[in-house]
Amino acid sequence: MLLGLSGPALALVLVTMVLPIAWLFGLSFLADDGSLSLVRYRRMIEQPSYARIFGATFKVSLLTTALCVVLGYPLAYVLSQLPRRAANLCLIAVMLPFWTSLLVRTYAWLVLLQRRGLVNTWGMELGLWDEPLALVHNLSGTLIGMVHIMLPFLVLPVLNSMRSIDMDCMKAAANLGASPTRAFWSVFFPMSLPGLFAGSLLVFVICLGFYVTPAVLGGGKIVMVSNQIANDIELFFNWGAASSLGVVLLVSTMALLWLASRLTRLEQLLGASR
Amino acid sequence: MSRASAVPITIRQVAKAYGTVAALDCIDLDVRSGEFLTLLGPSGSGKTTLLMVLAGFIRPDQGSLRFGDQEVIRLAPHKRDIGMVFQNYALFPHLDVAANVAYPLKLRGVSAADCARRVTQALQTVKLEGLGTRRVHELSGGQRQRVALARAIVFEPRILLMDEPLSALDKQLRESMQIELRHLHDQLGMTTVYVTHDQREALTMSDRVAVIAGGRLMQVDTPRMLYDRPGNRFVAEFIGESSFLEVTASGGAWCWNGRPLQLSTEPSGSMDPQPAQGARACLMLRPERLRIAQAGQGSPAPGTNALPARVGDVIYQGDTFLVQALLDDGTRVSARAIAGAAALARAPARNETVELHFDAGEAVLLPEEGPR
Repeated sequence: MLLGLSGPALALVLVTMVLPIAWLFGLSFLADDGSLSLVRYRRMIEQPSYARIFGATFKVSLLTTALCVVLGYPLAYVLSQLPRRAANLCLIAVMLPFWTSLLVRTYAWLVLLQRRGLVNTWGMELGLWDEPLALVHNLSGTLIGMVHIMLPFLVLPVLNSMRSIDMDCMKAAANLGASPTRAFWSVFFPMSLPGLFAGSLLVFVICLGFYVTPAVLGGGKIVMVSNQIANDIELFFNWGAASSLGVVLLVSTMALLWLASRLTRLEQLLGASR
Repeated sequence: MSRASAVPITIRQVAKAYGTVAALDCIDLDVRSGEFLTLLGPSGSGKTTLLMVLAGFIRPDQGSLRFGDQEVIRLAPHKRDIGMVFQNYALFPHLDVAANVAYPLKLRGVSAADCARRVTQALQTVKLEGLGTRRVHELSGGQRQRVALARAIVFEPRILLMDEPLSALDKQLRESMQIELRHLHDQLGMTTVYVTHDQREALTMSDRVAVIAGGRLMQVDTPRMLYDRPGNRFVAEFIGESSFLEVTASGGAWCWNGRPLQLSTEPSGSMDPQPAQGARACLMLRPERLRIAQAGQGSPAPGTNALPARVGDVIYQGDTFLVQALLDDGTRVSARAIAGAAALARAPARNETVELHFDAGEAVLLPEEGPR
């Protein structure tokens, strides 16, 4: 009965997700001449350019995650301390970009940050700097765009975690002799760490596979795994190489998530019902 | 832990209002050094608000609060050096039991060796030795309660506050913990302020009980005095069970339904033993002080009053049975007797006419309308 009802949905998932991924998976094991071989994976280990690409991917993801934590944790803290109504209004402000198209947001940043963009024009007019700053087509532009887009992914799990902290614990800490600062660092912060961990992991994992923003705001100088896959397909028509990269990305992401789920109750932290 | 370190608490004219509602209405209260005082009242009475004022989490609109000689009304909670046990224990989930108990000691810069010794001692005091390495979520409710207690006493505070710490426990555990907490207080000797809505708990554990309702103190007295000599109708109704008769003064004596009553000649509270003609009051009767006797046996002994009544329900309750009766003027009264075999055999039947006897010294005169 259950199988019958879920049949159409299962079929949809099978056809649109499982089969294509399996096909791509298979493609990565075929050499140019069609024979079964591991040459693509061997090339990944041998060629230094691949190491650079993986390095760039991890670097950008780590930096984005770190910046999201630095900006997002205080934001989540303020939201958690506000009365409910004010907090929900502010939360809408954080979420609003979330509901705007990714492409639109990325191009908006391009308009703001480019040489003759809004930031540079106002900055020079106000006399803050003389030469237009290079804010796009480099790492800075990429990071600015990615942090803006990833922030809600960090704020939400952290806020969730903070809201579930029993404030009586803070009162107990104060009663036992902890100053507000001491109470924050010794009680509140450790209790919010699970949420911070979940949020950081989520941001990191999404950044690994990010395409649009590094492509547009990186100006070709930032080559992450996703950009390389795009190049392999669009420029070189090399589906085998592209799919092997895709497989590596998929496997490493899944490995990370599995590791994290062993360390914490990840599903709960990301909002599953208790 | 020395008794010498306990301090008295002096509360003067403390008031707190939320909008137009007075949560605390000019409270004056003295807690003696080393005393176990309970704040007893229904929900919303202000008892928890008062405790929070003592702890420093609520700043009152006016008033003075002294711990010993020190004025603390404006002192931040973390500087007051008092211990507190919360209703839901508020244990730190990211620390194990020993680290939870050691927390206040670490804040006070106690050396690691001293810390370990005192933590072990505290855990022994609350009968949790050996559980130092357990995580909080591995403990039962009763065990968590003891950890919270150990954490609150480990740094030997001069004052201990407890906010309904036993309300989350089941009945058996709650009753045994009441006795244990009392023993602990006797052993440690610190001034303790305990909040509860359970009058039985208050009577069991306290040196004195402060009954509080609507933000005001109704009566502050020993458990015995509160039960035997309540000062107003609220306290009489809140503590124990009671029935009330409307009495009117006639010819210098109090009368019910036209018959004069023999009451104690001791002045009880604010009531005048020589009342003016036509004055009204209410007479409180405790169910266990009413004896059920057969009707028509002649006048009762001197010093005893007899009320003719018609029996309604007779309810067996295990250790006692309750007889609900209707008096001539329509007043309902309850009489309670121990359910021994002989007493049960003699128990009246429904609609039977009986006499309810009570002695002069066992009824309490109260003002007609007590403060509510």
